[in-house]
Amino acid sequence: MTYRSRLDLTAQLLANKNMTFLHRRHPRAIIYQGLLAAAVGLTAWYFISNAVENLLARHIASGFGFLTREAGFEIGETTFLSYNAGDTYLNALAVGLLNTLHVATLSIVFSTLLGVSIGLARLSHNWLLAKLAAGYVEVIRNAPLIVQLFFWYAVITESFPAPGEALSPFPGVFLSNRGLAFPVIAAGTPLKLDYPVLSGFNFSGGALLSPEFAALLLGLSLYTAAFIAEIVRAGILAVDRGQFEAAYSLGLNQRQVMRCVILPQALRVIVPPISSQYLNCTKNSSLAVAIGYPDLVSIANTSINQTGQAIEGIAIIMLVYLTISLAISGFMNWFNRRFALRGIKP
Amino acid sequence: MMVNASLRLGLIVLALLVTANAHAGPTAGAALKKGFVQCGVNTGLAGFSQPDSNGEWRGIDVDLCRAIGAALFSDAKKVRYTPLTAQQRFTALQSGEVDILSRNTTWTMTRDTSLGLNFVGVNFYDGQGFMVTKKRNVKSAKQLDGAAVCVQPGTTTELNLADYFRANNMKFKPVVIEKLEEVLNAYFAGRCDVYTTDISGLYAARASRAANPTDHVILPEIVSKEPFGPAVRHGDDQWFDIVKWSLFAMIEAEELGLTSKNIEQQAKSANPVIQRFVGAKGEFGKMLGLDIRWAYNIVKQVGNYGESYERNLSPLGVERGVNRLWNRGGLMYAPPMR
Repeated sequence: MTYRSRLDLTAQLLANKNMTFLHRRHPRAIIYQGLLAAAVGLTAWYFISNAVENLLARHIASGFGFLTREAGFEIGETTFLSYNAGDTYLNALAVGLLNTLHVATLSIVFSTLLGVSIGLARLSHNWLLAKLAAGYVEVIRNAPLIVQLFFWYAVITESFPAPGEALSPFPGVFLSNRGLAFPVIAAGTPLKLDYPVLSGFNFSGGALLSPEFAALLLGLSLYTAAFIAEIVRAGILAVDRGQFEAAYSLGLNQRQVMRCVILPQALRVIVPPISSQYLNCTKNSSLAVAIGYPDLVSIANTSINQTGQAIEGIAIIMLVYLTISLAISGFMNWFNRRFALRGIKP
Repeated sequence: MMVNASLRLGLIVLALLVTANAHAGPTAGAALKKGFVQCGVNTGLAGFSQPDSNGEWRGIDVDLCRAIGAALFSDAKKVRYTPLTAQQRFTALQSGEVDILSRNTTWTMTRDTSLGLNFVGVNFYDGQGFMVTKKRNVKSAKQLDGAAVCVQPGTTTELNLADYFRANNMKFKPVVIEKLEEVLNAYFAGRCDVYTTDISGLYAARASRAANPTDHVILPEIVSKEPFGPAVRHGDDQWFDIVKWSLFAMIEAEELGLTSKNIEQQAKSANPVIQRFVGAKGEFGKMLGLDIRWAYNIVKQVGNYGESYERNLSPLGVERGVNRLWNRGGLMYAPPMR
């Protein structure tokens, strides 16, 4: 059959009024999608009705009413919201959420700065610098994060002295196994510094960077930086060698070559996988529970245990992480479209 | 590992979602069919439930599981153990992953009602206390204002701690870590001034984990009532009765002076109370749907309550105290078997 006659046949088939409803493309797609939606819906209904039936049969309380009840437990770090044991579960979860956002945001910033530097260092012509950077990536990337967190937590709590014998590198700054206490600007006029002082068991006044927070921030930043370093290196290597040569031959210096020619192209490769690392970093912050930092998962776990409402508690955790993840990937997609694909104007 | 613990909690929740039949029939029937009792125990608490060097589970809570095995199968070995963290325990029982929860769990009103559990009785009366290093020179818990306190999450301990400090107008910094190992590491490393848990747990930690046990003192204040008891699910009264009377049989045996060593001898005694107990008279086994010699088997294979205490808790230095029998100044009291 010639190409021409085959085309004719196709046209004929398409025009054929006798073709059954099911053979046409559009209705068939609708039917398949309807079936898929029904299957998903039925499965969800099966799970939900089972859970409801089981909960009722065992007289287990359900619903989100517990959120307005008194939580009754204290939280170690309440940097952004005032909270005490008399407040509600909702307040407690809000404190946990802010703690999660706090550590995740700082980890993302630090890991990006460190990761980009190490990625560039690995491409450096300085042999020692390149090897050190490679060693860092291999060591950090290949040890489980939770082990690294335990390591940093043990280093901080075991190696620093008790508050009574705290190290004081600068006046008003104290380093002990209770964390780093440092002065902050006190509210009110005239402005003056609020210094930490040792009173009783611990330091009061000033601000305190707790060992749990420090270990988590350190562990997450160093771990994520190793992955970011590899992404940055891969992004730069992905730019064709000819681009370097062409740019140099135009008389641009090294800094201009990087900034105007290489990085804008490398960013297109770098930004999408880095978004995934930011998501990972945020989700990994839930390992906080292992070293006692009161993040969202830690608070939600405690709430689940006090109320027995595991399904609701897990649903809250999932919803919150889903929201955070979608927000991060939404922002990164916008950034990708706005800057990475167009290139940064010099 | 923590990841596994979370994964496990997730799986248990999933089990709650997919378990098709809300009433798996009477628990005893299902246990008989599968050939063993599935018992939820602590992941490792000396004296209560901990595997020994041969991998055999030992402890006062484990003995209760064995007693149920002896009552149901005439064989104390027909028990399988599921080690559970404080956070997994209730969901595991609710979802049917375990038949009974025997894991130093405090009987509270919330747990007995809205969690869908039934506590069968008390196998250890405990109370929450505080441990501090001796060099702190603290004599009373009232001097703990401003202290950093190491505590495990999701327990009544965490709530009592907050209540006690609130009631006494004191402040504290909680350091909340899930794994017992890790929370003890933090305390012994000096991260916290105070470690708080139930008194029995403080003794166990001091005896088994401190580099030098005499460096740590347990403060005199007992700030809560912690009656530990085994729990079962709502909705199976026969199973509730079996677990309840297995516990009472151990306590009653001690009162009657029946031990694993002498029960064979004593079974021949003319004392009608003992005759009822060992099943020579009456139909007490039948009332529970069990073998006529159910209580005999418990004492023969597991021992009475006092024997279990001596074997598991006395070596840790935990005084018998309020856990003595009622007629020796304690709180242990079994309703009469008649």
